[in-house]
Amino acid sequence: MIRRLLPHPYLSLVLIAVWMLLVNRWAVGSLVFAVILGVVIPLMTAPYWPDTAKLKSPGRIPGYLAIVLHDIVKANFDVARIVLFKPRRDLQPAWIVIPLELTQPEAITALASTITLTPGTLTCDLSEDGQALLVHCLHAPDPQAIVDEIKDRYEARLKEIFA
Amino acid sequence: MEMIGEIVVSFLLVVGGIFGFVGSYGLVKLPDQMTRLHAPTKSATLGVGAVLIGSLVWFPTQHGQVTWHELLITLFLFLTAPVTGNVIAKANMHVNWREEEIPKPSPDTSWSTYGDPMHEPLNKG
Repeated sequence: MIRRLLPHPYLSLVLIAVWMLLVNRWAVGSLVFAVILGVVIPLMTAPYWPDTAKLKSPGRIPGYLAIVLHDIVKANFDVARIVLFKPRRDLQPAWIVIPLELTQPEAITALASTITLTPGTLTCDLSEDGQALLVHCLHAPDPQAIVDEIKDRYEARLKEIFA
Repeated sequence: MEMIGEIVVSFLLVVGGIFGFVGSYGLVKLPDQMTRLHAPTKSATLGVGAVLIGSLVWFPTQHGQVTWHELLITLFLFLTAPVTGNVIAKANMHVNWREEEIPKPSPDTSWSTYGDPMHEPLNKG
């Protein structure tokens, strides 16, 4: 029963939070409307989301977000330094292939977005069989080191979060 | 309190302006389309982020009211920036690169953007 009414509990929670932030002031009426939206929208969009994301340990998500946020700030300084001070001829852009161990679409999306937001790397495509990501590097003197860093720093953590 | 708030907000606005400028300058300076994509997706996020944090500090210190809209803008920005980058990158792969120039994921598969949509299963669920 509760399963059929709330096919995507995390989506419902996010919708309630987003609506409360949009309203921007605390009122019981707003909360009631947020809960209505949080129930109705997942039900209406359920056909587009056949599978639910399976989380193993959602408690690790804040830690992951903190690491990503820290890396985003660092990425901005790194890219700014490359843009401002590195002569064009010293730049070594490269395509790299990252073999994936993650299988859930939500987990792969999270990893791809993280790669795009962090130092000098940009996710370009997923392989047809869904087992590798194509990543473009702004400056990669040692492509293998970047593959290892992404796998150790982000994929290993995402593997612990998603079941 | 108001004075400190003003100093913090000014500092954040200047930082935001610098990173916004670096992102735009990167568009001009970097050599090709793929590398140009890196500048606006990164530097611009911190540029806009600094302006948003500035706004987040401005309202409580100057008007005594807390707003949460900036957090939402940050969230939406971080959700949409990778998608934009991904779509522009795919367009680039078709326009400026040939399939042979890009490393293959494994000898017998290719990247999905080069795949044949007719051979894909349309809906697995």
